[in-house]
Amino acid sequence: MASVSFDSVTKRFGDFTAVSNLGITIGDGEFVCLLGPSGCGKTTTLRMIAGLETPSAGRVMIGERDVTFMHPKDRKISMVFQDYALYPHMNLADNIAYPLKVRGESQEKRHARAREVADILKIGQLLERMPSQISGGQQQRTSLARALVYPSDVYLFDEPLSNLDAKLRLEARGFLNHLQRDLGMTAVYVTHDQAEAMALATRIAVMDAGIVVQYAPPLEVYRRPATTFVANFVGNPPMNLLPVEAMISDGALHLKAVGLATAPLRVTRAAAKALESGKSLTLGVRPEHLSLASGGEENTIAGQLFANENMGPEALVTLEREDAARFTARIFTDEMVALEGRVTLGFSSDHIHLFDERGLRLPLDHEED
Amino acid sequence: MRQFSLLSRTAGAAFMTPAGVLIGAFVIAPFFWVIYVSFTNRTLLGRTALNPEFVGLANYISLFDAGSFFTRGEFGFSLILTVQFVLFSALIGQAVLGMLLAWMLQSVPKSLKRLTEMVVIAAWILPEVVIAFAWFAFLDYDDGTLNMIMDALGLPRGDWLLSFPFWVIVVFNTWRGTAFSMMLFNSAFSSIPPSYFQAADVAGASSWQKFRDIGLPLIRGHVVTDLILITMWTFNVFTPFLLTAGGPSYRTEILPIYTYRVAFRDFEFGKGAAVGVIVMLINLVFALFYLWVARKRTAKVVA
Repeated sequence: MASVSFDSVTKRFGDFTAVSNLGITIGDGEFVCLLGPSGCGKTTTLRMIAGLETPSAGRVMIGERDVTFMHPKDRKISMVFQDYALYPHMNLADNIAYPLKVRGESQEKRHARAREVADILKIGQLLERMPSQISGGQQQRTSLARALVYPSDVYLFDEPLSNLDAKLRLEARGFLNHLQRDLGMTAVYVTHDQAEAMALATRIAVMDAGIVVQYAPPLEVYRRPATTFVANFVGNPPMNLLPVEAMISDGALHLKAVGLATAPLRVTRAAAKALESGKSLTLGVRPEHLSLASGGEENTIAGQLFANENMGPEALVTLEREDAARFTARIFTDEMVALEGRVTLGFSSDHIHLFDERGLRLPLDHEED
Repeated sequence: MRQFSLLSRTAGAAFMTPAGVLIGAFVIAPFFWVIYVSFTNRTLLGRTALNPEFVGLANYISLFDAGSFFTRGEFGFSLILTVQFVLFSALIGQAVLGMLLAWMLQSVPKSLKRLTEMVVIAAWILPEVVIAFAWFAFLDYDDGTLNMIMDALGLPRGDWLLSFPFWVIVVFNTWRGTAFSMMLFNSAFSSIPPSYFQAADVAGASSWQKFRDIGLPLIRGHVVTDLILITMWTFNVFTPFLLTAGGPSYRTEILPIYTYRVAFRDFEFGKGAAVGVIVMLINLVFALFYLWVARKRTAKVVA
């Protein structure tokens, strides 16, 4: 096991900058998820660790080794591919044992090791089968087994669960989490599924347009998103965002928008300096922090009922405001929520997120800085 | 499933007729004509030109005459020479060199790949006569490019066409046909998902291991197709005639040239036709084998 670090790494493809001035470090034994929409540079970042892409500038280190221009085979890494990359002409045993074959291990030794790993991954009874004769979930485990069959410094995952159906994906996700707890491997995991990242990562690097916008533990990313992009990307349904106008009076911040009433907010001294009346801000409230309220109180937002979706353990209530902006609340109840016409949702000052006009987080007083 | 067609049956048949007539007149009729002639003693000149006699299997028997079978300029010698020619210039030359080039092309920058493809394909699409003449000029004793290069390097000149006629046509045919194998293998390699090779890279495989364990097994079907096709083509190639005319002293007289000499220089139509029929049978075996392999591959893909 080893750490991985990027030293001002940039990758360009012609005129397109895929990754820009990347400088993150992945600690020894950490499970880091690179999270972002397609085209954000997360896969390119992963492939630079693997050596399948070469940085245009900067250095990539694995432990103390500078691997920037090193061939993949010399890097002591394992990788699980999105399409699994199982060899169709080899049975599962040969597929799993292939890395040992190229290392010159005897047939007997490598098949024994393949069986060992396959048993851990519950595919031991399938070793004689060909990849085309097993299910997608089993193929996924086979490619995982091939990555685990030899010792590596770093384990790389390129959207390994994205080709599985929803139920299998949940199962495989739990299994990966279990595996990480058992092995304590250093892993870098690329995904566009925020739930996957939240569930697996010790730290998440949220990427947007080639830049890491936030690099923090999952709960931190969830509780204190650094930008409106992160706020919108992490969480399901995404955070409600509403443009508001700032008003400072008596050292407290008031937010103004149609149909919105807020209690005066305390902002940190540093933030207060940058704020002035009339500035446009963005207010964010997560759906799970909204509840049904009666009209006219502080910390409420009102609008016409747009949708009322019952999900079983919860209901998603969406209201639409006059300016066509929508607010969704997750109401935790297994009762049917009966609603009609005008709806008011309430929230607590503790669960408000504020972003400035550039979309950067404004720290509030109740958050220690 | 319902069959939809662009044309009615009659219109389709009408369009097919001109081609059908031409193929009938110039391919199918001569085919049977040759078989018929091979059983006669028809010649160009003399009594048998006007009144050829039916001689049964005499032509065939004379071809396989044990006493002269392996003599230079006879059928057996030519057949063995052709087998060697196919072995060296098609199987070892074109296929192995084409495979090597195609494999190396997988890991070079795209621009270099394009350039190589262009150069190799140029060698393939140039007219045969032009190429033969170019090679003739290249190998000429007095003013040939090769001897000039030898001079410049301080090496002795060689009379290549006289001293090594067989190797000259082997190199010539290899040079001429490698492009096909290279392109076929190249596109076969390109159809393999890149992640297969990347996974092998990450797992620690060398280029040779990737070739042996992944590249070659996955394009096995293409290799068989290629080997059969180039074997057939090389077996029937006539172009070396333009370089050596089958000589010196029959040393490059491969079967197509032998057939040509017997029929159109010695004017023994009957015997020439008999050789033609035998070559046809050999080709038929290749063709059937090819169709069998192709059908087996299709069946596998469908299943």
